[in-house]
Amino acid sequence: MYSFEYHRAETVEETLKLGSVLEDARFLAGGQSLIPMMKLRFAKADNIIDLRDLDELRGIEVAHDIVSIGAMARHAEVAASPKVQSAIPALAGLAGGIGDPMVRARGTMGGSIANADPAACYPAACLALGATINTTGGDIEADDFFQGVFETALGEGALVTGAEFPVPDAAAYKKFRHPASRFALAGIFVARFGDLVRVGVTGAGRQGAYRWIEAEDALTENFAVNALDGLHADPSQMNSDIHGDEPYRAHLVEVMTRRAVLNASAHCGDE
Amino acid sequence: MTNTLTMTVNGASVTRDVPANTLLVHFLRDSLRLTGTHVGCDTTQCGACTVHLDGSAVKSCTTLAMTCEGSDVTTIEGLASGDTLHPMQEAFRANHGLQCGFCTPGFVMSAIKIVERLGSGFDDTALREELEGNICRCTGYHNIMKSIRAGAEAMTSKQKTSPDNGAE
Ligand SMILES: Cc1cc2nc3c(=O)[nH]c(=O)nc-3n(C[C@H](O)[C@H](O)[C@H](O)COP(=O)(O)OP(=O)(O)OC[C@H]3O[C@@H](n4cnc5c(N)ncnc54)[C@H](O)[C@@H]3O)c2cc1C
Ligand code: FES
Ligand code: FES
Repeated sequence: MYSFEYHRAETVEETLKLGSVLEDARFLAGGQSLIPMMKLRFAKADNIIDLRDLDELRGIEVAHDIVSIGAMARHAEVAASPKVQSAIPALAGLAGGIGDPMVRARGTMGGSIANADPAACYPAACLALGATINTTGGDIEADDFFQGVFETALGEGALVTGAEFPVPDAAAYKKFRHPASRFALAGIFVARFGDLVRVGVTGAGRQGAYRWIEAEDALTENFAVNALDGLHADPSQMNSDIHGDEPYRAHLVEVMTRRAVLNASAHCGDE
Repeated sequence: MTNTLTMTVNGASVTRDVPANTLLVHFLRDSLRLTGTHVGCDTTQCGACTVHLDGSAVKSCTTLAMTCEGSDVTTIEGLASGDTLHPMQEAFRANHGLQCGFCTPGFVMSAIKIVERLGSGFDDTALREELEGNICRCTGYHNIMKSIRAGAEAMTSKQKTSPDNGAE
């Protein structure tokens, strides 16, 4: 790891102030993406500002059919939260399926959203649920927030403070895991609000997480697996690497979408 | 630039001057000479470096030492009381849960937290899921699972005598 200086502040306000005066500063949340990248010297910063003291960013609340999660909520906390489990079980399940128990004990929702790793799980949920991302530069709709591979609309020096997830009538997240890292080779979050269906795709797309609009239209018409018959994900939009080429990922998107729909319909049948 | 860092490790307060980019695992191994915590990979995947930080199992290779200022850390060296092994350590010994032993400290530290979360009533699928963050190159996992099952029985029946319990 390159050398850097370490800082922490007690409040969001002081954290932002530090960020504005320090040269080449980077925030540290759970460190489960940033530290591995720094160890490999893929990332470097002269100043690290630790967010560990920002208790104001830790809350998890449900009110008026909105689940609000603070940026510093750890994956393990979201997974174990009875409030999230009962309001949006698919979201609690998503958090509980990230990495492994040690990664979940440190990694945070805000870090995942701010990082916008193309294989991260949260972006799929944000897109499918139509989440609002709260930042110190104002609220940003998920559709506008995720702009590509590690690219977001987050302002320079701004913090993600939390996210608001509307509670759907039915939802499911299905991930085809990379066998070693557990990140998504293809992860599909399907959410139904009344008749309206939204489909968030992560892991597969060349441009990072995206909404599969054709599938949304078909499922809004008829929320059933066979509504997807004949519908194909476009291989030219897919990512390709040693773990899976474009046609393989396109196929995974189709299969995992079907599984998510099946799971989401089963879930609302239960209620 | 060095920073003065204080934390509690295995029940004792320790203070050292460290560069800001020191990882917790290097603080433990190099500054404190607690070499039971291992480094097995560069990619946060093997879990050989697992320790308990403020009550959770974490990967000390992916935690800055500075972020642990004022925290409570338990390493594999802090589990036994005198000559009496922690029930999970004893279970690994009794059930041949290790061959070379490189991964073992990490598995033991993870396993204790698994039992604290799930008790002893978990099935094989749940246990395999929970062990996702630990890799063993020798055993084929079969005896590790057997060890954890035995350790879980011992921990849940002997909760009062477990040294790890009181500390966290
Ligand atoms: C072995 C392993 C497996 C993993 N598996 C998965 C997986 O299956 N699915 C998945 O989704 N993720 C996975 N992850 C990533 C994990 O979820 C990370 O915790 C997460 O992506 C980043 O969150 P963090 O809190 O650790 O952020 P950090 O690593 O601390 O920060 C990441 C980036 O976001 C910035 N940042 C952090 N918080 C904020 C904030 N509040 N405001 C503005 N910027 C901020 C930082 O400056 C940095 O650039 C895995 C990681 C590992 C090591
Ligand atoms: S050394 Fe920490 S996970 Fe491998
Ligand atoms: S016993 Fe050798 S790596 Fe696990």
